[in-house]
Amino acid sequence: MRFVTGPTPPPHDRIKPVKDSRKSTSLAGIWFGLTMLVMAYGFYQAMVAPKEATMGNLYRVFFYHFPHTILSFIFPYINCVASLLFIFWRQSKPELAAKADAWAVASAEITVVYSTVGLATGMLWGRAAWGIWWAWDARLTTYLLLWLLYVSYMMLRSFAAGGQTAMVASVLGVFAAIDVPICYMSIHWWRTQHPAPVFGGGDGSGIDKSMASAVLWNVAAFLMWGIFILGWRYALERRRQHQDNLATEAMLRGDIGSENA
Amino acid sequence: MNYADYVLAHFAKEVRLEWRARDAINGMLFFTLLVVVVFAMAFDPASYPTITRQISGGLLWVAVLFASMNALNQSWARELKNSVLDAHRLAPAPPSALFLGKALANFLFVTATEMVLAPVFVVFYNLHPLGQTWLLLVVLPLGTWALVGNGTFFAALSLRTRNRELLLPLILFPISLPALLAMIQATTSILTGDASPMLWIKVLFAYNIVFTTACLMLFGFVLQGE
Repeated sequence: MRFVTGPTPPPHDRIKPVKDSRKSTSLAGIWFGLTMLVMAYGFYQAMVAPKEATMGNLYRVFFYHFPHTILSFIFPYINCVASLLFIFWRQSKPELAAKADAWAVASAEITVVYSTVGLATGMLWGRAAWGIWWAWDARLTTYLLLWLLYVSYMMLRSFAAGGQTAMVASVLGVFAAIDVPICYMSIHWWRTQHPAPVFGGGDGSGIDKSMASAVLWNVAAFLMWGIFILGWRYALERRRQHQDNLATEAMLRGDIGSENA
Repeated sequence: MNYADYVLAHFAKEVRLEWRARDAINGMLFFTLLVVVVFAMAFDPASYPTITRQISGGLLWVAVLFASMNALNQSWARELKNSVLDAHRLAPAPPSALFLGKALANFLFVTATEMVLAPVFVVFYNLHPLGQTWLLLVVLPLGTWALVGNGTFFAALSLRTRNRELLLPLILFPISLPALLAMIQATTSILTGDASPMLWIKVLFAYNIVFTTACLMLFGFVLQGE
């Protein structure tokens, strides 16, 4: 006995390819251009800001250390919300769940990138200002743990068996988000040696007014840059998901050879 | 059957399997004994009692942590044979009861190892605790549950990955770091008698409540998810 099938439509008829509208492509271009302008102006501001009284020119690394560090605390929230939404929508709305997963990957990767830059600039500064690369004090340790958590998230993603990556990763995303405040508090009780933060560190903290504009421009620049690569990575992940779907479709139809279509 | 019966049934099955094979406990006991010997080569425990008191808490938990990895990996690998895991998916029992039963069984095995390990530490390292030693009876179970509860959960999660034996520590250690910090600090302050361990006992307690709740809520998703 032989099963006979009718003519099968070519793969592209079933799933529409991801097409970015002209609008979103040009918006991305404009956003990128603006980001570059703001970043250049931020660099200029950071270089012309007056010398700091005790640290001299050395403190200028702060203009890069601060935006990366502060922003790397924002992206994990996106990851947590996206992971929760994935868990919530996985059964009922697979398309929305796939989008949520793409946001989760994008935000986790940017968390790792920004906190790596934050750690690296912090260590450079620490070496120059304190004479040591690293100190096991509360802020540094918490920050290292944040970095470790999201690196382990990326590891899990790369190890997960095909098709289950999103499910496995979303669970870890939620656990990591629960872990961050517990880490923060317990390490805070463990040791506090780091100088009080420059902003919001009580009396005597803050910076001279002449330096404020450089800080603000750089925070704005790296926020815009972060949003740009977040959107970029999201679009990339959506394309990859789409490619996976095409491959699965082709395989289900026994259409071997067009997996790469 | 109510919920407790399901948990008890899973627990009894785990204990019966372990009693017949004795894989996990024997492996853990010998491994921790080896760790004690290796660390004794790294520093001289008998000649420096103060240093010994300061670092024994950390050593004990590191030994337990590494030893429990193996047991945790095995506890789910068993379920893969003969597609037992698929049977669990089909079973009308609540998924969290499976998790709880297994976690309790692992808790029992790791605690049994600690009961043997702690006296070995005292004897081999010539340890004289200076704090309130009875508090260890609170710290050890709380710390063990913090490791084993999350460990059982993540071992189930890493079933769905390649190279799962390697992956489990990679995802479990970063999540467990606050708990490890708390259990090491609590144990050290009991051994040295320098500070009160109460803060760390509270941290462990809170950590256990938060993460056990999260595990119970998400375990069904992990078991059923494809």
